[in-house]
Amino acid sequence: MALPTYASPLEKIWHYAYLVICGLIFFFLIAPIVVIIPLSFNAEPYFTFTQRMRSFDPDGYSLRWYRSLLTFGMQNPGADGMAWWLDAWNNANWVKAAKNSIIIGVFSTILATVLGTLAALGLSRPEMPFRRAIMAVLISPMIVPLIITATGMFFFYSNPCELLGIFGLPTNCGRLAGTYAGVILAHATLGIPFVIITVTATLVGFDQSLNRAAASLGASPRRTFFRVTMPLILPGVISGALFAFVTSFDEVVAVLFIAGPEQQTIPRQMWNGIREQISPAILAVATILVLFSIALLTTVELLRRRSERLRGITPH
Amino acid sequence: MSDALDPHAAVATTAGGVATGRLTTADGRPLSRALARSQMRARRRAFLLVLPLLAFILITFVVPIGQMLQRSFHNDGFSRNMPQISAWFAENPRGTDPDEAAWAALAADLTAAAEARTIGVVGTRINYDVPGTRSLFTATGRQVRGGIEPPFREALLEINEAWSSPRLWNAMRVASSPYTVNFYLASMDRTRAEDGSIQKVPPQQQVYGMLFMRTFWLSLLITGLTFLLGFPIAHLLATLPMRKSNLLMILVLLPFWTSLLVRTTSWMVLLQQQGVINDILVWMGVIGGSQRLQMIYNQTGTIIAMTHILLPFMILPLYSVMRTINPSYVRAARSLGATSWTAFRRVYFPQTLPGLGAGALLVFILAVGYYITPALVGGSSGQLISNMIAMHMTDTLNWSMAAALAALLLAAVLILYWVYDRMVGIDNLKLG
Repeated sequence: MALPTYASPLEKIWHYAYLVICGLIFFFLIAPIVVIIPLSFNAEPYFTFTQRMRSFDPDGYSLRWYRSLLTFGMQNPGADGMAWWLDAWNNANWVKAAKNSIIIGVFSTILATVLGTLAALGLSRPEMPFRRAIMAVLISPMIVPLIITATGMFFFYSNPCELLGIFGLPTNCGRLAGTYAGVILAHATLGIPFVIITVTATLVGFDQSLNRAAASLGASPRRTFFRVTMPLILPGVISGALFAFVTSFDEVVAVLFIAGPEQQTIPRQMWNGIREQISPAILAVATILVLFSIALLTTVELLRRRSERLRGITPH
Repeated sequence: MSDALDPHAAVATTAGGVATGRLTTADGRPLSRALARSQMRARRRAFLLVLPLLAFILITFVVPIGQMLQRSFHNDGFSRNMPQISAWFAENPRGTDPDEAAWAALAADLTAAAEARTIGVVGTRINYDVPGTRSLFTATGRQVRGGIEPPFREALLEINEAWSSPRLWNAMRVASSPYTVNFYLASMDRTRAEDGSIQKVPPQQQVYGMLFMRTFWLSLLITGLTFLLGFPIAHLLATLPMRKSNLLMILVLLPFWTSLLVRTTSWMVLLQQQGVINDILVWMGVIGGSQRLQMIYNQTGTIIAMTHILLPFMILPLYSVMRTINPSYVRAARSLGATSWTAFRRVYFPQTLPGLGAGALLVFILAVGYYITPALVGGSSGQLISNMIAMHMTDTLNWSMAAALAALLLAAVLILYWVYDRMVGIDNLKLG
């Protein structure tokens, strides 16, 4: 934003002051995320820049916290070579947590994306009845406080068939709490609003006459969907899926309430670490997660631009 | 419009519907009915696409929350396991002194509950109303398991004098009905006196009202702070050329995409007494080495961390509204003699109100239900109502109390959500 030529000296001063204020706010936004990256290479178990770090002494920096991510929980950290890596892969707590996070994240994302995309297609049709009310219900997992959702799921997942008793059916059909299926279902529920929001946003600019054109040329509805609709809304679907994945990957409250010790995820492990004995190992994990979110953000931005190009919307 | 010019009429005439004067389709059905049917089919098809997800959300989300909320007014921990004494309470009105029949019923129920190992559940239920009575039930249960001889009143009093307490009998009478509003009364810092009237609890026990007020004020403060910090940023992003603003937008979106726990951890690291900010302040000589500021594990920590975490939710809606504001309005105001401040206040700012409303409501809704950040950086003075719900769920195991608090919080959030839908429309929710 350029300053107009007629600006008075006072306005000029204010303009530059404003730019400085904006700079400070950007600093407030980004500094906390950036600062943990160098701190995670601290050679000492402190959360501050030591004397040696400030003088850029290489001895002040180390990879010990990254190594501790692999050794923590290992059965035989003294072994070397292939055995060490195998041990880390099989037994290290953080590695196990990462595997769980990925399994739960991938399956809940698939579930949320498939159901969410179908629903978004229905919601975007002008004929959809009760559109507003249904949309409100489907978005509500994002709005309802997580602790309430988690509490409700805690009771429901410990005995999912309790309500069947009303119909005189057996009320004992096992537990979902403490199983992978339970956590996956819970995370899918929490990720669905994001899929709905991104996919319906993509469908707003969707030209319905393309579907009619395909139909008039003899394509079946299924063929129309996969050959015409899907390629056009795909960027939105992938963004939604990434949002759903991040939601699951970052979720801790539902995990605290319904997961068992087998389903320890990265956020759960971080939560424990922060509450019990916070060590710079947490910062090493945090750094890895920041790099991960940079990668995701880049993907989503590229997808958004591609989607705008596909739909012929040029960024203004 | 004459029939000849109406294309639908043309269809009708070729189909031979002229005689009746009604429009029909090619196979002779009335057009209006065929249209209604085809619209019905389209609606059904649209609905069928949404149905799987709707069913999924209802089963995994709406029903569980409903089931949980039911616990706030339904608790049969006592009435189910103590049927005989519950029946006695039902037959005798309030104020009746317990007679030998009552004592016999109590002794029989205690024995049965002790043998069925449900005495703990019973004790827990009474313990909500009369603290410290859970052990009375379990200890008595252990002694009566082998059988108990009449007269029951004397026998029970011999085990523990506390059995004659009118307060205990009152609590048992209340608990003998599975439906109760007592948990809602408690969540509003009210309790029932021994004669059944509603009164305030002693001031030192009035925690919930204070917590609700704190949650409300802190959320309001955080919303205000995100507005103060978010407005200049959104304005800058909206007025810069697209290329530059896209670049700066990354600085807003990166925190948005970064794990909540990571952001909370960073603030713990920064704000600690031995942390980076205190170090810098000491180094600059602003504070002495012994006066390091306590910025975390209190309300300050909660406010700073939550403002940072919720800031993108304010910036994004503001930005998308500001993008659409035509700059020529402000220029026109200036050319008509308005100062830059007047032009901003009278012309520009009113146009940002839809974005401001959307952002503020969203931030407030999210802040009111926040749990993780206050739990980690809030200490005791920075805890919000969600943390109290979690405490009742995991520590005191007073699930009915947790459900009552959750119901009140949920009601507040749903009202705000409804307002948001009315004002902004959920369809306009934007994520980056």
